[in-house]
Amino acid sequence: MLEIENVTKSFGGTQAVAGCSLSLAGLKITGLIGPNGSGKTTLFNLITGLIRPDAGEISFQGRRIDGGMTHRLASMGLIRTFQLSRVFPRLTVMDNMLLAPQRQAGERLRSLLLRFPQVRREEGEHREKACDLLDMLGIIHLQDQFAGNLSYGQQKLLELGRAVMAEPKLILLDEPTAGINPRLIRTMIDMILKMQARGQTFFIIEHNMDVVAELCEHIFVLDHGEKIAAGSPREIQNDPRVIEAYLG
Amino acid sequence: MDLLLHLTIVAAIYAIFALSLNLEVGYTGLFNFGHVAFFALGAYTSALLSLGGLSFPLAMSAGIVAAGLGGLIIGIPALKLQGDYFGIATLGFAEIVRMILQNQADWTKGPMGLPGIPRPELFSWQFDTLPAYLALVLGAAAVTFLVIGFLTLSPFGRVLKAIRDDETAAAILGKNPFAYKMKSFVIGSLFAGLAGVLWAHFITFISPGDFTLTETIVVLLIVVLGGKGTLWGPVVGAAVLIFFQESVRLLRLPPEWSGILGPLQQMVFGLLLVILMIFRPEGLIREKGKDTLARD
Repeated sequence: MLEIENVTKSFGGTQAVAGCSLSLAGLKITGLIGPNGSGKTTLFNLITGLIRPDAGEISFQGRRIDGGMTHRLASMGLIRTFQLSRVFPRLTVMDNMLLAPQRQAGERLRSLLLRFPQVRREEGEHREKACDLLDMLGIIHLQDQFAGNLSYGQQKLLELGRAVMAEPKLILLDEPTAGINPRLIRTMIDMILKMQARGQTFFIIEHNMDVVAELCEHIFVLDHGEKIAAGSPREIQNDPRVIEAYLG
Repeated sequence: MDLLLHLTIVAAIYAIFALSLNLEVGYTGLFNFGHVAFFALGAYTSALLSLGGLSFPLAMSAGIVAAGLGGLIIGIPALKLQGDYFGIATLGFAEIVRMILQNQADWTKGPMGLPGIPRPELFSWQFDTLPAYLALVLGAAAVTFLVIGFLTLSPFGRVLKAIRDDETAAAILGKNPFAYKMKSFVIGSLFAGLAGVLWAHFITFISPGDFTLTETIVVLLIVVLGGKGTLWGPVVGAAVLIFFQESVRLLRLPPEWSGILGPLQQMVFGLLLVILMIFRPEGLIREKGKDTLARD
């Protein structure tokens, strides 16, 4: 699974992530919490290769992934979502979903031309699966809408659905419930739990402690780019260092 | 009647040229401001080889390949640039191509241009009359339309649109943005080359002055006016723009106005574009997908 070892990243004079090490081995739903500016999203950006660490190693399934290979991660089984959802606004909801499956014959020019029957068959299968997922998320009626027309909460649901659609081994969720209404938060949590029951693993940045407590079996706490605590939700809640980090 | 045939041929060539640019601008989000360079590469390559005695099918193929190679060569450095920087790089490339055509006089005869480019002959068919040439050009436009239509409606085209909307999110989903942009750019260049070939053999005289920034602007205008990211947009845009442009000439204006006709045409163009962008920014044809939510 995901191993992070001694990873450091600074921007100018600020240490965003400072010698952080953690491992998701054997964990199903892991939380990553910490006050604003503690380096959580930076850590996600490092994992997904959007930025390069100054030092340290990140590996996934035993392979080094740190440093600029973002587009290769999906086929290795690593997908993330973003804090501010990043759906493709001028594509329909269905097309957003259909982009997720890996190694599609129709996305390569040669097989698109030479193996068209396979392309059509795959499209049919993916469409069926996308319908199921959109139905679970309660946004199936929006499938022909441009994704940019969806409400913010619906976009976040779509982004989760798209991540699940890719059938990765690990999904990184960056604040999945931030800024959306309680009913959609419920849908989001149910979806994550349903997928977890099917063997999907998650690594979640989240500020909503109720959500964290409900979902996560294990939590890492970051403060000023350093890991200051790790443990079950109950252990974390009573940890004096965590309380100090949050309350100053 | 001849004028109508002539205009239809020109519009069809511009439709091919605009369809190829739309693949880049409308579907992939590549703001190519030097598309005329690939048109020029196609035109000059085919014209020079034809004048050198090569048969039309071979000269045409060479013209298309030259444009595609040009796309590949400039694409390697330029496609690493983002958005407007890419636009500047392609703009520069187009100027370089034009300067070479103008100054490499021992190949291209420089500013004198290439007169007497032969009309095409394909499988013992002569395309030396207007109706015959129209048939050839419409055939080529239909092929372009079908190929680009097929690509953009396929999963491949879906990836291009995803990269247009959000490159990072597309990379997260496992699509290599550079590789897809390169494919789109090279395919666009190939068809721009085809348009250039058809132009050269129709007009039968080309010179570096035909391939200036103005041509890129006209074709960009066609794409934006017609509706970028739509299949029919460039076709409709080309027809509207070319016929409008030429119809101004048919107005019975007093002869002393002839000096201001050119500038007037440009001004009317500019005005039309401004009006269009205010009242219908998505162009004459709209991109598919429902917009109902946006209105309630």
